Amino acid sequence: MSALLQRRPGAAPVSESSARPRRAKAGRGGTGRHKRENLAAYAFLAPWFVGLALITAGPLLASLYFSFTDYNLIGDHEFVGWANYERMLDDARLHSSLRVTFVYVFVSVPLQLAMALALAMVLDRGVRGLPLYRSVYYLPSLLGGSVAIAILWRQVFGAQGLVNQVLAVFGIQGEGWVSHPDHALSTLIVLNVWTFGAPMVIFLAGLRQIPAMYHEAAAVDGAGPVRRFWHITVPMLTPIIFFNLVLQIINAFQTFTQAFIVSGGTGGPSDSTLFYTLYLYQRGFGAFDMGYASAMAWLLLMIIGGFTAVNFLASKFWVFYGD
Amino acid sequence: MATETRSLARSNDAGKRTAHIRRLLVHIGLIGFGLVMLYPLLWMLSSSFKPTAEIFREPGLIPWNFTPENYSEGWTALQYPFHHYLLNSAIVVGGSIVGNLIGCSMAAYAFARLEFRGKRLFFAIMLATIMLPIHVVIVPQYILFAQLDWINTFYPVIVPKLLATDGFFIFLMVQFIRGLPRDLDEAARIDGCGHVRIFLRIILPLSMPALATTAIFTFIWTWNDFFSQLIFLTRPDMYTVPVALRTFVDSSSQTSWGPLFAMSVVALGPVFGFFLAGQRYLVKGIATTGIK
Repeated sequence: MSALLQRRPGAAPVSESSARPRRAKAGRGGTGRHKRENLAAYAFLAPWFVGLALITAGPLLASLYFSFTDYNLIGDHEFVGWANYERMLDDARLHSSLRVTFVYVFVSVPLQLAMALALAMVLDRGVRGLPLYRSVYYLPSLLGGSVAIAILWRQVFGAQGLVNQVLAVFGIQGEGWVSHPDHALSTLIVLNVWTFGAPMVIFLAGLRQIPAMYHEAAAVDGAGPVRRFWHITVPMLTPIIFFNLVLQIINAFQTFTQAFIVSGGTGGPSDSTLFYTLYLYQRGFGAFDMGYASAMAWLLLMIIGGFTAVNFLASKFWVFYGD
Repeated sequence: MATETRSLARSNDAGKRTAHIRRLLVHIGLIGFGLVMLYPLLWMLSSSFKPTAEIFREPGLIPWNFTPENYSEGWTALQYPFHHYLLNSAIVVGGSIVGNLIGCSMAAYAFARLEFRGKRLFFAIMLATIMLPIHVVIVPQYILFAQLDWINTFYPVIVPKLLATDGFFIFLMVQFIRGLPRDLDEAARIDGCGHVRIFLRIILPLSMPALATTAIFTFIWTWNDFFSQLIFLTRPDMYTVPVALRTFVDSSSQTSWGPLFAMSVVALGPVFGFFLAGQRYLVKGIATTGIK
């Protein structure tokens, strides 16, 4: 934030001192150039303001309102108080969808980040052909969220899919992974881990920032690679780890496409891939139960917001911001 | 003395050799792992040229019974020929790119270069909207667009971009514009340029890398986007590629996986092409802003 308001450091002191009172005047709605600048800014922001009102913040508040109503799009909406939220307490499918989503988030995100960090560490040691490797590992991140890849996954982990064909070569009889309630979620976790390339690229950029002299000094003092990893790399990288963690948790909570395609929109078998967002879609756009879907949307917002807040609070104890 | 140097040189040689072998092992490991990562993709490509029965039998990469018919069959398997859906996707993606470039660059100019009341607050709100899950706002959006009679038109997926609702791209461009020297716009201002001309003539031309990154990411994300297109485009003639593929996979029996794979390859093709063309921007974009 402060960087935003920072002026050009090289500005001549004279113009700086004369600019300050004028800016203060602009803050009170001053006249002349600064009033014009205010107007110009609002004109440039006009599309964004409209978007805020109609597409983002407006609907956010509207969905809070709808969460207290019963509305099926056709009739009028009827105010029902906390009824939708009370219903959520007894909704077994909702509870199951929460469980599925939590398992997915808390298993796939750590695995994905561990994989990303491990590969970034290997690639950071001056491997020749780095850009090529980086691109190859990054590619699945770009494709992973698409319907086509979800279709591929449905085949690869199907009863006669690629995985079982490969297992058969070793004489192992695999089962239909996507059609088995105990394994269907795991296939989606594998899919998320497969897209480790994006956090890997961010880790790589972070590793570049660690001054080589830290490692050299520690090596001179006799620290081996393992100790250097835990006592130099990890602490120096904690801001990046934190950033990736927050981002990937938020992303993982919103996973929809993969579960929708792999299960044919049902969240099956036996609701084992009924992600929260998929259930929300079924309530809102299958049953047109808009009030309930809005209440679910707000619960999702609370959960994601809560986890992000906890992450930020906890970060004080483990994220190391240099110097 | 002489023997000493020789043995030193020899041990040096040995050290070099072990370093060499270690490097080789690293490369073998990296290549092997890369192949495992990419194998499903390569296999999908090769399987799109196999007869369906072989897809379920043959884990290898060579389509022994070369079957390009999968493509022609897949092309016409749905209610409309596949280029109909490709065209729809192209319209949605093209509109989204134009929308993001215009809407987000305007907002970014204001945030990066102009002083105005409420700037800190609005900037904070803009950052917060980046984190806002679409699922939380989709219901009221749907109600709004239904009342405007926009369901089954492309407006619900394009107009929001023009209204700069992709805060991420605003942030990306703000970061970029802040890095441009202010002397240029101040000189232009002294020469009597207004904000519109400074924006159009100075800031935009200098922001080409940020605009390119925005365009590439918008392309890939919108091309792959499924959730909003599934909700707003429900009439078969309005289907985009992902939505069409979804109906394909739901309606297909065990026998049509060849054509289904063929059309999946067609769907991934443009993303792959943009990835190859725009790698530089992509890697830089993720590294500086940290996104998927």
